[in-house]
Amino acid sequence: MSKIDQANQEAVKRMMLSRPVWVDVGKAKDVIPGMKDNLFLHAGPPITWDRMSGPLKGAIIGGIIYEGKAKNAEEAEKIAASGEIEFAPCHHFNTVGPMAGVTTPSQMVFILEDKEWGGFTYSNMNEGYGKVLRYGAFDEEVLNRLKWLDNVYAPVIKEAVSLAGGVDIKSIIAQALHMGDDGHNRNRATTSLFIRTIAPFVAETEWGKKKDYDAPRLDLSNVSEYFKSGKASVAAEVLAFMHSNDLTSLNAIMAACKSMALAAHGVENSTIVTTMSRNGTDFGIRVSSTGDKWFTAPANVPDGLYFSGYTAADANADIGDSVITETVGIGGFAMAAAPAIVNFIGGSPADAFEATNEMYEITVAENNNFNIPAMDFKGTPTGIDVRKVVEKGIVPRINTGIAHKEPGIGQVGAGIVKPPMEIFIDAIKELAK
Amino acid sequence: MEDLFKKELKIINMGLEGFAETLKERGTTVLHVRWQPPAMGDDSLLSLLDKLK
Repeated sequence: MSKIDQANQEAVKRMMLSRPVWVDVGKAKDVIPGMKDNLFLHAGPPITWDRMSGPLKGAIIGGIIYEGKAKNAEEAEKIAASGEIEFAPCHHFNTVGPMAGVTTPSQMVFILEDKEWGGFTYSNMNEGYGKVLRYGAFDEEVLNRLKWLDNVYAPVIKEAVSLAGGVDIKSIIAQALHMGDDGHNRNRATTSLFIRTIAPFVAETEWGKKKDYDAPRLDLSNVSEYFKSGKASVAAEVLAFMHSNDLTSLNAIMAACKSMALAAHGVENSTIVTTMSRNGTDFGIRVSSTGDKWFTAPANVPDGLYFSGYTAADANADIGDSVITETVGIGGFAMAAAPAIVNFIGGSPADAFEATNEMYEITVAENNNFNIPAMDFKGTPTGIDVRKVVEKGIVPRINTGIAHKEPGIGQVGAGIVKPPMEIFIDAIKELAK
Repeated sequence: MEDLFKKELKIINMGLEGFAETLKERGTTVLHVRWQPPAMGDDSLLSLLDKLK
């Protein structure tokens, strides 16, 4: 076996041994090393304000208002363009965020610890569907929801996870793949398991017993009219919100995948991809043995199904850190575990199997934690080798939500997107130096 | 050879999928094999990949 092949086996072994456990919740500027008051994190590779797409700009504007640095969008835009706020990839701070991925200093984040390799990863709280910050919306409803998440939801689940002694997120992923989820865009099972695990402890929190609090009340009438009565406890509101949002577990799942990818990074001679991410303008990858260097190219627009009233003409280019899931062998790589996902992204169940089968061509291992019942429990294709991507002409398969290109409108569809081949070619050129 | 085309053919198609689709439309049994030249036929990329073996 060549030294590169040996290095790749070592990188993937480390990835699969990683054991990310959700241990705590905290304020970004207090718990993320290097985070500071004038630093905003975002999804994808590095990007300047002038090159940001609509959804990312909208999320930045919303973040500036949320942090109290501006009263309105006009003021926020001036601040964003002035250089007063630093922008950096979430990935540079062991953090990941879906879609725009904007993480501001005051936001509360999941804290996951890798119990095998040490180290921590982070991700903020998922807002749910529709008009949300991560799709570039920033009206009063969005900002009030963020306040509720950070001042009511987060303290409750912080207390709950402490009582629980931690939650094994990797185990939840493995079980969910046996229940029809892919871990990226179909999350009903991961969230159901997440709620089932944490709910007994939510019920036991001191915070959960309260009925009044100093933060905007969330409208949960879509769950039940009961929540308009003012009689619900905070615990009930938290659980109702989780129930209403299939994406409740996504951010913790992503932070867990970041843990696994980090474990594989920094292996000398390895050609395994350890970061894939997009900022709505560029798609970027990083490779295990090439340090912090990003290989980037313009991101493609996903191809998929659009919600009523929207077409491809409305779509923004690919955006989000959630492709960290494909980076470690789930998401689009595990589509065969989630045939129902084709209702969301288009195609047929047979296409879902084909997608997973194709990914075995560009990976070096079958995952020994995540497997697919319908494929005789074969491990998911794991460890993308940039050499194989270029040799076979096959790029990673990614399922994704599609954002409207204008800020503030939200999700307009879902589909499949292909990263640009040139980033893998650039990686090969660097590795061959 | 003349006899060959008088028989029912079962075909393996490699490369351009359009050929397979046309045959399927005409009711011919065909299996499409996805194949393309290594490194998309680019010799410079093949040289780089050789260095990384």
